[in-house]
Amino acid sequence: MITAERKPMDEIMESIDGCGRILLVGCNECVTVCAAGGRKEVALLASALQMASMKKGRALDVREMTLERQCDPEYVEELAPHIGQVDAVLSMACGCGVQEIARRFKTTRVFPALNTTFMGASEGPGIWAERCQGCGDCLLGLTGGICPIARCAKRLMNGPCGGSGNGKCEISDDVDCAWHLIWERMKELGIEDRYEDVISAKDWRTGRGGGPRRIVREDLK
Amino acid sequence: MKTESVLEKVFATGELAVTGECGPPRGALPDVVKNKAAMLKGYVDAVNVTDNQTAMVRMSSFAASVFLRQMDLHPVFQMVTRDRNRLAMQSDILGAYSHGINTMLCLSGDHTQFGDHAMAANVHDLDSVQLIQTVRGMRDEGRFQGGAEIKNPPKMFIGAAANPFADPFELRVARLAKKVKAGVDFIQTQCIYNIDKFETWMEGVCKRGLHEEVYIMAGITPMKSAGMARYMKKKVPGMDVPDELVKRMEGVPKEKQAQEGIDICVESIERLREVEGVSGFHIMAIEWEEKVPEIVQRAGLYPRPQV
Repeated sequence: MITAERKPMDEIMESIDGCGRILLVGCNECVTVCAAGGRKEVALLASALQMASMKKGRALDVREMTLERQCDPEYVEELAPHIGQVDAVLSMACGCGVQEIARRFKTTRVFPALNTTFMGASEGPGIWAERCQGCGDCLLGLTGGICPIARCAKRLMNGPCGGSGNGKCEISDDVDCAWHLIWERMKELGIEDRYEDVISAKDWRTGRGGGPRRIVREDLK
Repeated sequence: MKTESVLEKVFATGELAVTGECGPPRGALPDVVKNKAAMLKGYVDAVNVTDNQTAMVRMSSFAASVFLRQMDLHPVFQMVTRDRNRLAMQSDILGAYSHGINTMLCLSGDHTQFGDHAMAANVHDLDSVQLIQTVRGMRDEGRFQGGAEIKNPPKMFIGAAANPFADPFELRVARLAKKVKAGVDFIQTQCIYNIDKFETWMEGVCKRGLHEEVYIMAGITPMKSAGMARYMKKKVPGMDVPDELVKRMEGVPKEKQAQEGIDICVESIERLREVEGVSGFHIMAIEWEEKVPEIVQRAGLYPRPQV
């Protein structure tokens, strides 16, 4: 999923400064799962914004909505009847959702209430960790199902650097050494001899190096 | 011979090679580089010039290497993949070679978190193994990494690092094998304090015959004080400093600790030169270059061969 975290309250308040009516829009997808921008978080932020405004002696009208998917034009259209009645939209979706609203409603300001962080997985209650950087040319088949691009701090593709110790990365004891994990996994699978296959320089064109990416599926057009 | 590198020529004589290190300054004047280089002249075969070591901005390895060439020294031009993409690295290799720099060291580099620009983007377009492949391709195939032909390709003698003390230990021989496969010519190891562990690693290296495919230089760093020993043990990633060494440094009065550090260093070289597969020593006397002549002389590595 795409993970996100709520921005600090002060930053959100500053972004909507001068607005009297806000449409606060959540998303039912990834940000609901990572407890950052679902219906519940929308309600909590709405209350927090109103309290913070009251403290400043201002009235703030916050309308709450949570869309099925904020990155999908079909659902974003549901905001149309409400847009004319607010000064700005505050989105609790990932950056994709924020931009979809901005694209659809050209004369309405939209602000992000979240910082979109990474594509990751849950490692336990309240913990999410990065797993994928969307390089567009998956090499998990070569690395035992553990991605060195997303999970090695130096995105090394041919083994651990000299800073790996006790299975941890040199940058923090809270970060596993991706190559230690890959090596252990290769041993479990009995394919440790594959480690010595050199992975050659990556073609980053399939990733961000090729500029903004699009997928066009003729069969679905 | 693959190159004109003096280091390659020394290895070819069968004598133990010796390299030193020169860390460029965090300023724009050449004096520091020249002074450090002058202290090493005549006592080492080549001098590593570090590339933004510990992820701190310094005078470029390229520029400082040129100063060394002007002094008729032989730089080992260090290059980390952290700060530049493959375009920038290959253009620096062309430029360096045009200035008579024919020996380099391919590294991934310390993480930016350890330096004074923790907010900087890590590039890592290539990793160290891929950089080795790139430099070898430039030399042996006369092609850039992207495939285009190079007119007058640079013939670099290619080095890389190895850390026998990092985890997982059992992977470290395979990691070296991978660098050999990629085309590395010589290796400089992490500073060796735990000689037993180094010997175990070298046994694995020799068992696979890797010492016959690559020259391995044992990394040596003299410790100035017990404080430095404790710092290296606790704070430097991938460093293995045994307790008894820290105790030995702590066991002598403060004013004699520096000499003790030099003694340890000489004793280490004496033991390591007997280890099968060791082809030389990389002496990293950090901000202590003036001690290199003493170490080299006392360790019986002087005079240096004329090649």
